[in-house]
Amino acid sequence: MARIVLTHSACRQYTGGTAELESDATSIRGLVRDLEARFPGLGRQVEESMAVAIDGVMHQDDLTAPIPEGAEVYLLPRIGGG
Amino acid sequence: MAKHHISTTINGEPVEFLCNTEQTMLDVLRDELHLTGTKEGCATGDCGACSITVDGRLVCSCLMLGVEAEGHAIQTIEGMADGDQLHPLQQKFLEYAALQCGICTPGFLVASRALLERNPNPTEEEARYWLAGNLCRCTGYDKIIRAVLDTAADMRGAS
Amino acid sequence: MAPDGTPDLKVVGTRPIRPDGVDKVTGRAQFGADFQLPGQLVGKVLRSPHAHARIRSIDTSKAEAIPGVKAVMTAADMPEITSEEAFVGEGPADFKDMSGNTMARDKALYDGHAVAAVAATSAAAADAALAAIEVDYEVLPHVIDVEDAMVEGAPVLHDDMFTSGVDPKPATPSNVAKRMVFELGDVDAAFEKADIVIERKYKTAPVHQGYIEPHACVAQYAADGQVQIYCSSQGQFMVRAYVAKLLGIDISEIRVTPLEIGGGFGGKTLVYLEPLAVVLSRKSGRPVKMAMTREEVFRGSGPTSGGTVWVKIGAKRDGTIVAGDAVLKFQAGAYAGSPVGPGCMTAFAVYDLQDVRITGYDVVTNRPKVAAYRAPGAPISNFGVESAVDELARELDMDPVELRLKNAAKKGTKAAYGPTFGDIGCVETLEAVKNHPNYNVPLGPNQGRGVAAGFWFNIGGESSATVNINEDGTAVVATGNPDIGGSRASMAMMAAEVLGIDVERVRPIVADTSSVGYCFLTGGSRVTFATGMAVVEASKSAVNELKARAAKTWDIPVDAVEWEDGRAVPAGSNAGDFEPLSLEDLAAKSGRTGGPIAATSSLNAQGAGPGFGTHLVDVEVDRETGHVKVLRYLATQDAGRAIHPSYVEGQIQGGAVQGIGWALNEEYIYDDKGRLENPGFLDYRIPVASDLPMIDTVVVEVPNPRHPYGARGVGEVPIVPPMAAMANAIQDAIGIRMTELPMSPPKVRKAVDEQAAAEE
Repeated sequence: MARIVLTHSACRQYTGGTAELESDATSIRGLVRDLEARFPGLGRQVEESMAVAIDGVMHQDDLTAPIPEGAEVYLLPRIGGG
Repeated sequence: MAKHHISTTINGEPVEFLCNTEQTMLDVLRDELHLTGTKEGCATGDCGACSITVDGRLVCSCLMLGVEAEGHAIQTIEGMADGDQLHPLQQKFLEYAALQCGICTPGFLVASRALLERNPNPTEEEARYWLAGNLCRCTGYDKIIRAVLDTAADMRGAS
Repeated sequence: MAPDGTPDLKVVGTRPIRPDGVDKVTGRAQFGADFQLPGQLVGKVLRSPHAHARIRSIDTSKAEAIPGVKAVMTAADMPEITSEEAFVGEGPADFKDMSGNTMARDKALYDGHAVAAVAATSAAAADAALAAIEVDYEVLPHVIDVEDAMVEGAPVLHDDMFTSGVDPKPATPSNVAKRMVFELGDVDAAFEKADIVIERKYKTAPVHQGYIEPHACVAQYAADGQVQIYCSSQGQFMVRAYVAKLLGIDISEIRVTPLEIGGGFGGKTLVYLEPLAVVLSRKSGRPVKMAMTREEVFRGSGPTSGGTVWVKIGAKRDGTIVAGDAVLKFQAGAYAGSPVGPGCMTAFAVYDLQDVRITGYDVVTNRPKVAAYRAPGAPISNFGVESAVDELARELDMDPVELRLKNAAKKGTKAAYGPTFGDIGCVETLEAVKNHPNYNVPLGPNQGRGVAAGFWFNIGGESSATVNINEDGTAVVATGNPDIGGSRASMAMMAAEVLGIDVERVRPIVADTSSVGYCFLTGGSRVTFATGMAVVEASKSAVNELKARAAKTWDIPVDAVEWEDGRAVPAGSNAGDFEPLSLEDLAAKSGRTGGPIAATSSLNAQGAGPGFGTHLVDVEVDRETGHVKVLRYLATQDAGRAIHPSYVEGQIQGGAVQGIGWALNEEYIYDDKGRLENPGFLDYRIPVASDLPMIDTVVVEVPNPRHPYGARGVGEVPIVPPMAAMANAIQDAIGIRMTELPMSPPKVRKAVDEQAAAEE
């Protein structure tokens, strides 16, 4: 079980404003599937334009990254740069 | 209209070229003579990337017409090293990491050489004002100024 | 290993001469405009003279009839693209918009917007053709300022733009593309606990990246449909992908060869000329060369946003900051996609703050579409927040560095954008400022000192590298990232470190799109981190192969071979007694031990280390003229591990000086028709050598555990703090809070006059 935190309105619009969730997913791919099943549109939003911070480490676009038991996961807009 | 036939000296060698009246020296160097070390950053005399010397005088080649080269001695960045022997300024720019992207570097080197020919012992302020016509967007000028001042010190020591 | 457990490094951390250096000091290096193909035509662009106009029709027949004119194109020669998002420098953008920005279809949306292009045998013929193109414009009302654009009744740029992120979805179109909210904790409750609240609005001007090399390219479309492009950009793979998408060409048909890039800073993370040159080449059957003039660079290529920043911060009497609230309104230029998202997330990132709310608006105006610029968005919100924190320090009568130290983010702190920070160096950069001699230099009349701290995420991403061991024991390292500030040096150094050979024996190259695996563009401070990781991985694979060859030579198992100082040696006495085999020995015999030795690595690097920096500046204000002179400047930054310290310092110095320009001089000036009045370096004044002192740097090193040598990106952080640091120094010098950039002489002079009038 991981704690999923949504800080951004782009995600909260799919959850009816809920900012915190729990998920049994063990990878970002699994999280995308889980979120899409529970909040249609949110999984796609995460896959296409959000970065996923797992215990503080930013994953911009890696679906394979593992989500450890008890992890703290933040969904953030993907970052570009100059 | 017929092109002008111009005889000049570039980097110590006699050169002849044809150009239109309105062609700038910068265009002649780059497009006719393929000396592309002289860069175009603005074509309005504001950035110094096209710096050359004419009879030892520092000019922006974008503000000079090709026809004005007749009978004069032009120096460009391509003539700064002596074969594979870099000019002390070139060497020092490398040692000081005084360039990042390098587009402004030929202009800075030509302008810096003109400075040291006139003033072998410039203060930091003199170097900064002399080089104020050369824009660099990468370095913040710090390492360029240090390289120029250190080259001046070395060249004074060597002479 | 060193006593502290860090690896004993021989090359990383030294300062070798860059491998491309001699070419660049002798004029041999080929930049975008230096390349040519036989028979090439001159391509030029016709640009809208109107800020906002409907294009009723374009008649190109007279232009086509001019001798020497070989092709004329308009948007009708490009495929019409439907909406599809792509991830470009600033963040997500839309291909339909990108196509429209490359060449206007129905409406010209800013002064300088491309509406047609020509290719001719001479520049004179091309100019004549541009003059002969007849565009029938219906001039429309325009809007330049971001807040004017948000007002009801403002001229609307796109009648299909309905603000996203608001509930319910608006029924009428507007210029607000998007509203977003970031929220952590309970902000309103947290403000209740504050003893002091600072609230103020700030404004910044759009500024251009100001690279000295204008955009330039040569394109050739062959009869069999193969496309060759030679150009300077921040990513040859980016150019390939965008040209393929915008023109509907298969990626495998396009080969992009990178030329040297004369500065980019984010501004060359997208395409302007390349698709046009390809179309013109297709129509003419000849190679086409295009180069922007400086005026075109200013009018037609992307600056970064200007915006307004409303900030409210609350603190306890002891200096503990307890709440932060901000509203950011960024203009995106003519199409949606300002960096307001990262502007929001970075706003309070320097601080340990649990209750934060930031609202952002992405707003279109009749200006060039913004492009990325160093730490996109962060400098704008930072100017507001770090100015407000300075006001808080004054209110509390606390030293501004101490106030920041008291609240600074550190390892284990929950970032103000959410996740928990790992190893970061925010506190270290603040302490480096405090311990620097500049911190205690006495100040004279009208002189002041300002401090500000800043943050940028840094990114990783997809990168590839190939390492070829040559038969003489030298090596070639190929990557696909344009070298914008010395990255070839760091690639060679990391390869040399792993291979155990002199860096002079490694030749790094930037390969074309058909010669190396995919690399995401040079941007986001990612190259030394991500592409560096690919180089290290490929070099390690090469070493493994070298060890295997030694094992074969000695007839022992490969795990009985070790690699030390560029030589294979038996692992201990049990492995056998063999003379070491050098890389040179192994390379010379590689043909007879299994063939050439080459290794590649392709990866998607995650876990880029966040970057922090603190700047300290002393200024002197001339009350008569309003001129602000920079007396001293110190920039401290956490580089994780400086691979080549000189180029790390150079990034910091260059970024700081761009920030000084942003603070003091740079802005776009429009006339009442929405035409840009200062599209040149004379009137758009970037800092020159005589404006500046030396830029002192202190590089602190808190290693990034995700990189083999601890590197974190360094290129973007240094442009974040300067604007607030300068404003804070001006306040310290003359007691006036400047809230609007640039703090140019007329504005400072006006503020001084108002202060004098108020005191009378």
